[in-house]
Amino acid sequence: MLVQQYGLIGVFAVIAFIFPIVTLAFTWLLRPKRPNPLKNSTYECGIETVGDAWVQFRAQYYLFALIFVIFDIEAIFLFPFAVAFNKIGLFALVEAIIFVFILVVGLIYAWKKDALEWQ
Amino acid sequence: MDLRALGESLVAMLENVGIPHGWVLLINWILGAVILLGVALLLAIFLIWFERKIAGRVQDRLGPNRVGPYGLIQPFADALKLLTKEDITPDKADRITYNLAPIIAVFHIIMLFAVIPFADKVVGANINVGILYLMAFGALGAMAMLMAGWASRNKYALLGGFRVVAQLLSYEIPVGLAMLTVVLMRGSMNLNAIAQGQGGLFGLGWYVWILPAVFIMYFVAALAEGERAPFDLLEAESEIVAGYNIEYSAMKFAWFYLAFFLNTWVLSAVAVTLFFGGWQGPFAAQIPALGVVYFFIKVFIMFFVFAWVRATFPRLRIDQMMSFCWKVLVPMGLALFLAVAIILKLGLPSAVTYALLFVVNIVILVVTLKLLGNYTRDLPKNKNKRLFAPELPRL
Repeated sequence: MLVQQYGLIGVFAVIAFIFPIVTLAFTWLLRPKRPNPLKNSTYECGIETVGDAWVQFRAQYYLFALIFVIFDIEAIFLFPFAVAFNKIGLFALVEAIIFVFILVVGLIYAWKKDALEWQ
Repeated sequence: MDLRALGESLVAMLENVGIPHGWVLLINWILGAVILLGVALLLAIFLIWFERKIAGRVQDRLGPNRVGPYGLIQPFADALKLLTKEDITPDKADRITYNLAPIIAVFHIIMLFAVIPFADKVVGANINVGILYLMAFGALGAMAMLMAGWASRNKYALLGGFRVVAQLLSYEIPVGLAMLTVVLMRGSMNLNAIAQGQGGLFGLGWYVWILPAVFIMYFVAALAEGERAPFDLLEAESEIVAGYNIEYSAMKFAWFYLAFFLNTWVLSAVAVTLFFGGWQGPFAAQIPALGVVYFFIKVFIMFFVFAWVRATFPRLRIDQMMSFCWKVLVPMGLALFLAVAIILKLGLPSAVTYALLFVVNIVILVVTLKLLGNYTRDLPKNKNKRLFAPELPRL
């Protein structure tokens, strides 16, 4: 039964991936193809671009991604706990509270260190 | 009329003709997949018309009204135009990533349709990890947009791509925590089971009555996840032109456009499934076809609210948005999760439990907004905090 359900997802994944490719190939047959150097230059905002776009970027984005990883993994860990909640005892609840508490300490630390400030 | 039975009778019919079981299954899967794909595409076309009409009415305009009755054919005309447009790839762009990004954007959003329960057991794949599946494929969207922004080799697009990562990743935490709390209530990650658990007369069993604060948290975070105003900073026209899709044209742009609308629809569908009983309604358990009707009505009401918010509110600043997520929504989500877990373990009679959950939800909502709301404002004490102080040029 379960294999049947995942089988559909597998087939669906193949179709969902091929479909946009086929459509793009189809439009390739339909559309005009008259490129010229000016048309193919980067648009950006309409003015000629200055310098390369692939420059070093601020570390702020990286910090948010780091905190995200911690909290996302936390959510993944808590999902099995939530599903089995009715079958497990008080001990698991206390464990979950401690687990969340450790994360809250981490969040407070990040907050105090101003890692959550967007600059 | 049972849609599941229809599929089963089709399987039996094909087997009677003499096709081996494996092939019959494969045919069944392909048929199911094609139907889901068709539903998704038709929905996208209709949603574009629907949202433009709403936005028009909200802003005291008529909206599309030239092509077809009430402008209904307008999206088809737009699609036809986009099909025949010249497709420009900038010379500087990273070609493989550039072309792969719209494909992945469409792929991830269409894959989400596989687990949405349209009616009781009328669902592409009735898997028992539905919520995890939603989170996993939902996260691919940020990937596609970052690819698009980076591969365009254009500063505004790159900035849009980086904002996508910051915004979508941050707001995925409140969405995940809201889903987690609902899973805790139901004890199952199967979306059909979650909808089933919200029975009761006149929608009294809907989780939105029991967990109102969780729903509000989900809704606000979903606005950001769907890149909608007031959180549409990743394509803020006034700041970064159009964000990650500046360099895209013709069909590749159309794919991003389609993914954007379907993303909102999926977010509304998940909101309806988690908080508004999904396909639940009078007689929906007996007649699944009726469940489909209820489900679509609820989802379109939800979508209407999304479009309404988009047409009404001005855009927020990115620092306000990020601090709202991390300083208000995330602590609130954690507090709600723990409160619900503790109350459910108390072992009270169900009516008392539900009443207590409702009260605690409201209390947590008010307390967090009062306590933490100030941190997202531009108060003097919040100023002058810079972790990476820029090096000023010495004169």
